[in-house]
Amino acid sequence: MTRKLLTGNGAAAWGARLAQVDYIPAFPITPQTEIIENLGNWIDNEGMPARMTTLESEHSMITAAGAAAATGVRVFSATSSQGLLYAMEMLYTVAGWRAPFVLTNVSRGLAAPITLEPDHNDIMAARDCGFLQIHCADCQEVLDSVLIAYRLGEDERVRLPVIVNLDGFYLSFTREPVEIPTPEAVARFLPPYDPENIRFSASTPISQAVAVLGGTPYSYFRYESHLAAQKAQEVYDEITTEFTEEFGRSREALESYRTDDAEYLFFQIGSFATKAREAVDRLRESGWAIGLIRPRLFRPLPEKHLRKALAGKKGVAVIDQNLAAGRGGVLHSELGSILFSHANMPGILVSFIGGLGGRDISTEEYFEMAMVTREAVNEGQAPPPRLLYTETELREVEKLQAIANMERIELGAKP
Amino acid sequence: MYRIRFHGRGGQGMKTASRILGTAFFLEGLEVQDAPRYGAERRGAPIFAYVRASHSLINERGIIRVPDLVIIADDSLVTVPAAGVLAGASNQTFMLISTSEKATTWSHRLNFTGSILTLPAPVEVEDRMELRFVGATCAGAAARLCGIINQTTLEQAVHDELTGLPSTVVEKNLEKALEGYTLMAEHEGCVKEAAMLSSEQYEIPEWINLPFEEASISAPAIHSSLTSELMPTGLWRTMRPVIDREHCKKCWWICSTSCPDGAINIDADNNPQIDYEHCKGCLTCVTVCPSHAILAIPEHKKPTTEETDS
Repeated sequence: MTRKLLTGNGAAAWGARLAQVDYIPAFPITPQTEIIENLGNWIDNEGMPARMTTLESEHSMITAAGAAAATGVRVFSATSSQGLLYAMEMLYTVAGWRAPFVLTNVSRGLAAPITLEPDHNDIMAARDCGFLQIHCADCQEVLDSVLIAYRLGEDERVRLPVIVNLDGFYLSFTREPVEIPTPEAVARFLPPYDPENIRFSASTPISQAVAVLGGTPYSYFRYESHLAAQKAQEVYDEITTEFTEEFGRSREALESYRTDDAEYLFFQIGSFATKAREAVDRLRESGWAIGLIRPRLFRPLPEKHLRKALAGKKGVAVIDQNLAAGRGGVLHSELGSILFSHANMPGILVSFIGGLGGRDISTEEYFEMAMVTREAVNEGQAPPPRLLYTETELREVEKLQAIANMERIELGAKP
Repeated sequence: MYRIRFHGRGGQGMKTASRILGTAFFLEGLEVQDAPRYGAERRGAPIFAYVRASHSLINERGIIRVPDLVIIADDSLVTVPAAGVLAGASNQTFMLISTSEKATTWSHRLNFTGSILTLPAPVEVEDRMELRFVGATCAGAAARLCGIINQTTLEQAVHDELTGLPSTVVEKNLEKALEGYTLMAEHEGCVKEAAMLSSEQYEIPEWINLPFEEASISAPAIHSSLTSELMPTGLWRTMRPVIDREHCKKCWWICSTSCPDGAINIDADNNPQIDYEHCKGCLTCVTVCPSHAILAIPEHKKPTTEETDS
């Protein structure tokens, strides 16, 4: 085992290397490209025994990944943002094949307007496609989650592809100390893939049937995929217990940070949740009973664990780095539907939307979210959703609008 | 926790500088986070990179809002608003500028109440490749200012970060890093670990309810022609191509058609004229000119208006 500084992208590549993947279909996109650059370098120069193929699009890349997985080899791929959406048709399709592989998504906001910077709208767009999702908060978790994802997806009770999600920039290009486990330790945790009845051999050609079906068989297959995804909750728990035994790091489905005696909670996924941890520490110094709940496992969202972790809490600040246009924060609605109609659940979920397109969330804003949540609990009513956006930011935009307006006037348009 | 921000231009080695410093802290046993930050990457564009180092787990993440040390590798960035070099700087902040001006000049110009230190800017550089090493100088200087990185560790960090590069490049970076380290000897340890934020006294964010505005205002579109002319991309230039009229053969189509930005125009006498408002200084014209009549000079040595022949 060595501990060295790695970017989130580097950690993802190390995960794939240690998992001894056989096949890597690839297509570049910022901020993901460093992952396949690392793997390409190892294949070319360090004898990594894998085959990388560059495809002409993400649509083809996911098709190739699913097809390769259907022959029973271990497959890894990576994308981001517009690439993930370009592949959307095939995400649903290959998930239906029930052939497992691991896809790393490096989260980045979606066009238009276009941005290179991170938020979670890309990965949220893929939330219903049938892939399982693990969300990472730091670079170590990226490496660990790739290993866990193979165990999870390949488990015979699950057999689904898994997305490991890491935030662009805040993880992808950020170096942190990462323990790289020995190949021996990884081999104990993650043995070679046994594809059981997924078999293909070039010498004995066969075809895999994907038929046009009516509602009765269609419903059966779709719902079986759903049941497999739900089954993945307990399988994930088993796997991460083994992971902790082997590597000593907890990778539970929910990170519960200082929650035991907490009355208030932050609820957030991804790397900014470490900022919530920081705010929890500072608020506790001032006497607050506050903690953080962070789902690592987002598909399936561990419902039982969530209800247990939130039982008896007074109020939750739900922080969404995504925006379902016309609806609001995805985490807020998902959490609400999990808690509603159950006894002893927090009565107040306050919705905050922030961090869109790479916009920072300051520690002061976490303090203020805690204040707003406490006030809501005292008043017995949640305020309307709050976009984390300041007067200064609006002034900045108004300046740009003033310039745009001058352009319009110069062109003879009505101001 | 130490919070350090490096500002420079793409190509000046800011990412490498942050990594050298990050690795040096890590080798000294600290927890570290280092990262570069840029948009659509291009040479000469303002970029920054940052380093956090702490004796315990780092939960802070993303841009450093309140830096303990700001390093400016290129003083022309100070007047570029998008570079944000002064963001979050206070009277507690140390600022290290690579400049040919005096520290007091910058204090006056910026009305800056923190401490300003200077590194001599590489003004005498004839070979622009020299500018690549300013990052190493900055990293070495930063290491000394923090006071807990010894020289051997710095050397090791330079070697670790530049593994695989030609030994001449590694040696040059090492020389520059040690130069920075030595220059800051008298200020060793002046940058201290800053305290963590308190939740009892903090600046309340001025959140607003974003007002509804009609699509004529709120759609992200401007319908206008020739807007790229209004963007003075010449400000990106660090090196300036200058046509030597004595040697120019007026084979006008070579330089003008090779210019990726269409920034070389041909006048009525077939003389190529460089549009310095938009020339980004890529020096493609310098490379392709068959009579070697286009010279490259550092931007800060540009001729005065009277000397410019056009």
